[in-house]
Amino acid sequence: MGFLTIFLFLVSALYSVKAGTLSAVANAVTECGSSAVTLVIGMCGAMAVWGGLVNVANESGLSELLTKAMKPLINKIFKGLNRDSKATNAIALNITANLLGLGNAATPLGLSAMKLLEEEERAGDKPTKNMTLLAVINACSLQIIPTTVAALRLSSGSRSPMEILPCVILVSAASLLVALITAEVLEGGR
Amino acid sequence: MDVSSVIVVGIVCGILIYGLIKRTDVASAFTKGAEDGLRTAFGLLPTLCFVTLSVAALRASGILEMITGLLSPLAGRLGIPVQCLPLALLRPISGSGALTLLGEILKDCGPDSFAGRTASVMAASTETTFYTVAIYFGAVKAKRSRKAVIAALAGDITAFFLSVFAVRIILG
Repeated sequence: MGFLTIFLFLVSALYSVKAGTLSAVANAVTECGSSAVTLVIGMCGAMAVWGGLVNVANESGLSELLTKAMKPLINKIFKGLNRDSKATNAIALNITANLLGLGNAATPLGLSAMKLLEEEERAGDKPTKNMTLLAVINACSLQIIPTTVAALRLSSGSRSPMEILPCVILVSAASLLVALITAEVLEGGR
Repeated sequence: MDVSSVIVVGIVCGILIYGLIKRTDVASAFTKGAEDGLRTAFGLLPTLCFVTLSVAALRASGILEMITGLLSPLAGRLGIPVQCLPLALLRPISGSGALTLLGEILKDCGPDSFAGRTASVMAASTETTFYTVAIYFGAVKAKRSRKAVIAALAGDITAFFLSVFAVRIILG
């Protein structure tokens, strides 16, 4: 990520000199910090509320109940994890929230899963394979019902906003599969 | 009353009721979880500031428009709607940017046109890859996310091309 960020910035800066957009880029440099802060402030309320609700579910034992059904699938993708570990529970909740399209709930759940994976697999400076897989799964769209896009289609006057659903499910599933296979191949080399 | 609202409220009710039945100290469990959530959110900031630096520069420099111009003859030959190119380039780096762009495509081409449908499927089947990976690796000590980025981008490229073909075959 570090290299990519540096590379993208340098390319943009060079191009802006040629295109005459240098002042726009200069403004962007100063403003991007506040946009990151705005993003986090926008997120932190939801992170607190969902973090709180999830901890209620954890302490009452509800999480365990919910994740039982997901576990066989999770243990197929995330190899070498203890079935009953906290990380497995968190991953199950994260994937459930993603499938339901609850992005605001999925992120805090995914981040705590990431931290639990780090702890349980004793990761140092290098991410473990399971940490990479979790990030990859979340970087793909798992949402079954595309509510935001459908809402946008409806407001633009579509006759059938949800007609894209079969296409979305097919394309999402195929791209997730390709991403997971790529990750497996890349990780296999270690 | 939409489906996702019913789901959200239902889940919250379920969590609270189950907590009551099991005699959990709901209030203290909630505040403990909320504290962890806040800590995680603010822990993301340094990493996020670093990543937004390049995203902001990319958008401001106009380089996306330039690349679109370069690629459009090729896209035309492959039967990919030209309007969808900037969307494909912006989608992995900016969620709100991509949504704005999708809105413009739907307005200009019509939501039920080939370009409008393809753009909708593209936007709905992918995620904001760079932000997601940055946030996930922002939460842990290990920062080497190269493999995750490559794998997720391979998924994005698949989604881009497959959207065109899926819309053509399924929706005609």
